[in-house]
Amino acid sequence: MSIRVEHEIHQRRRGRNIGVGLLLAGFIGIVFGLTVVKVLSLDEITQFETFDHVVRPQLETQVSE
Amino acid sequence: MTDASMSQVTTGEAGMGDYFALMKPRVMSLVIFTALVGLLVAPVAVHPFIGFVAILCIAVGAGASGALNMWWDADIDAVMKRTAKRPIPAGKVTGSEALAIGVALSGFSVVLLWLATNALAAGLLAFTIFFYAVIYSMWLKRATPQNIVIGGAAGAFPPMIGWAVATGGVSIDSALMFALIFMWTPPHFWALALFVKTDYGDAAVPMLTETHGRRATRNHVLAYTLLLIPVALGLGFTSIGGPVYLAASVILNLRFLIGVIALWRRNEVQAEADKYVVEKRVFRLSLSYLFLHFGALLVEAALGIWGLGGWS
Repeated sequence: MSIRVEHEIHQRRRGRNIGVGLLLAGFIGIVFGLTVVKVLSLDEITQFETFDHVVRPQLETQVSE
Repeated sequence: MTDASMSQVTTGEAGMGDYFALMKPRVMSLVIFTALVGLLVAPVAVHPFIGFVAILCIAVGAGASGALNMWWDADIDAVMKRTAKRPIPAGKVTGSEALAIGVALSGFSVVLLWLATNALAAGLLAFTIFFYAVIYSMWLKRATPQNIVIGGAAGAFPPMIGWAVATGGVSIDSALMFALIFMWTPPHFWALALFVKTDYGDAAVPMLTETHGRRATRNHVLAYTLLLIPVALGLGFTSIGGPVYLAASVILNLRFLIGVIALWRRNEVQAEADKYVVEKRVFRLSLSYLFLHFGALLVEAALGIWGLGGWS
């Protein structure tokens, strides 16, 4: 015999926790997917690319032109 | 809120399904369908994932406005038979929870739609939520018997938002899709009000049936149906219409008009005698009327892939 009695309220709480977890996972998936789609849809990748702590001569050339 | 709704026992332990019920899933299904049609019939292709996120945002926005509506209307929902089992009057969800969910999801859906698509689509969604929650729920619903006529605009926006997602603009085509739902709403709801007659009166909602009587309501159903028909047929002559849509529209309008005329010719004695069988039929007809009109637009768009859609 189980010592801890499972009340119906615990089931509801668990269901809610799982639901919130799934919603958060879905939200992460949506933001990630949107990012991938938006970046891949850029015709010219340098629109997105910047220095990002690294010297990139190809970008400097574009600026000087 | 009235004492009746305040005295409900709340456990604070709602299940996930109770929160989902706050979002009015049945209304959401219509919103999803019409928004999807608006998006798919637009002349600009949308990346499938962007389209999916856009429809999700529109659905969540509609759900948020449903939650705000349930928060505001909890007192009258508790009185009406049809709505007494909704999460707040049933004591499963508290009013403040519903308000928090409604506000949070409204902000979430509008901002995400903006980031995913464009400012016009997000602005239209924000306006739709505002219109349904504030203009309709808080103001018109309890103030005028014309509540559902003007409030119907909130339900009419989704295809226009879908179109804006794809094109970034508004056009005669999307305006007519809006007008189709806008003009369809009054006969649809008044047919419902005729056979759930005691409910709105108990809740002191000024439904046309209560303020102007049932004869006037029948007259209004016929009048708005006559105004609806040219809008529905007119959509057939735009760039998203075509022979298939027009043929479907003629049949659907004829079927609906015959039903509405039967409803108009009846009096209360006849309606009571057969338990509102005609009124119920007109209500069901109105549901298929809208779904099939938008379905026909979708067929035109699908035929367009093989060069068969539209008038060209």
